[in-house]
Amino acid sequence: MAQHEIRVKVNGTEHKAEVESRLLLVHLLRESLSLTGTHIGCDTTHCGACTVLLDGVPVKSCTVLAVQADGREVTTVEGLEKDGKLHAIQDGFWQEHGLQCGFCTPGMMLTSAALLAQNPNPSEAEIRRAISGNLCRCTGYVNIVKSVQHAAAKLHPEG
Amino acid sequence: MIPATFDYHSPQTLEDALALLQGHPDDAKVLSGGQSLLPLLKLRLGAAGHLIDIGRIPGLEYVKEEGGVLKIGGRTRESALEHSDLIRNKYPLLAETAAVIADPLVRNLATVGGNLAHGDPANDHPATMLALRAEVVATGPNGTRTIPIDQFFLGLFTTALQPDEILTEIRIPAPPVPPLRTGGSYVKLERKVGDFATAASAVQLTLGAGGEVASVGIGLTNAGPTPLRAAAAEQYLTGKQPGDDVIAEAARLAASIASPSADRRGAVEYKRQMARVLTARAIQRAIQWAREH
Repeated sequence: MAQHEIRVKVNGTEHKAEVESRLLLVHLLRESLSLTGTHIGCDTTHCGACTVLLDGVPVKSCTVLAVQADGREVTTVEGLEKDGKLHAIQDGFWQEHGLQCGFCTPGMMLTSAALLAQNPNPSEAEIRRAISGNLCRCTGYVNIVKSVQHAAAKLHPEG
Repeated sequence: MIPATFDYHSPQTLEDALALLQGHPDDAKVLSGGQSLLPLLKLRLGAAGHLIDIGRIPGLEYVKEEGGVLKIGGRTRESALEHSDLIRNKYPLLAETAAVIADPLVRNLATVGGNLAHGDPANDHPATMLALRAEVVATGPNGTRTIPIDQFFLGLFTTALQPDEILTEIRIPAPPVPPLRTGGSYVKLERKVGDFATAASAVQLTLGAGGEVASVGIGLTNAGPTPLRAAAAEQYLTGKQPGDDVIAEAARLAASIASPSADRRGAVEYKRQMARVLTARAIQRAIQWAREH
């Protein structure tokens, strides 16, 4: 079976790894790099718990091969915080109680952060549409939407 | 879940990809967006000895009009189609289809070519492309050939693509110019975001100067082992003024060819009725778009 030497920049740090063809990106992150903030939920491309940003675009890392990330940049939930300061989306989820069990939260925050990078002032409908591939079984989404709105207001106070 | 072992190849050119396919004639699969293929491999419903990833080959992602034809690169992401101004302004059927495929994260990787080449009648673009009377461009070792969409879907997960061919482009006739007016719509019933269609109908329709239906294409999703063209409904509608009774009869004719399977999404008769209702709505929405644009 083929092995591949890959280089992936994860949360700003370059990593080299020797991976089997069939290794999934989520397993590279969790098992090789010990970044366990990326969760495995359904493992069938439905739930979005494994969402990461691949070159800034949210994707489900259970449905990407690690070798496909060769030469690219990955952002996981661990990469949101900078210099001990929470990202606005993390602050939003904290302030607005955007989580209960927290299982979906890393994926929710990464999808939302990518939305806000594209669309600084999304409507509620746009937020709900953007997170429609991320399932939460606790909150009913109400507080998640408020959390994203909180982050949007914090990032762009003039609105 | 972890797929069975395979060898992964990442060719940098189309020529290299074709050579790899030729070198592994029995057990190679083309990896495009991977959003259908990788789940199949993980669930071990499918297996491949070699995955030929076309993800690093330049020049396969584009949406452009040339000489009265809309050309979509085979690896164009669904999200790119969804957000393309050209598609939103001029091809509402494609815009509405791209917006309801799987979910936004899947659409960031899933590709239009993959959606067709997978040959799954539950996918959304196959019916869309039937309605649009698209052509599929296949590139193989001897160059390219163009396959009319009506000859593309041969059976469940089976298309006219040969094992050594790659789907490189989709071609769609641009809408005719005024006084003809064109509209389209894709109406899908799904239990939740990300599910396959319980039923769905794709309609592309052109109205003549007198408001009559000059031409129409109707495709049904998940209504049989292949996507279905509702030919009798198309013939019935053509040349008629599309009043409520005419639309209802066209929808009835369309649903009469549906042979869906019963599953957790519903019983056969329910799905057939939904095909009728959704076709009527798609015709009405296509007419509305044509009149307003």
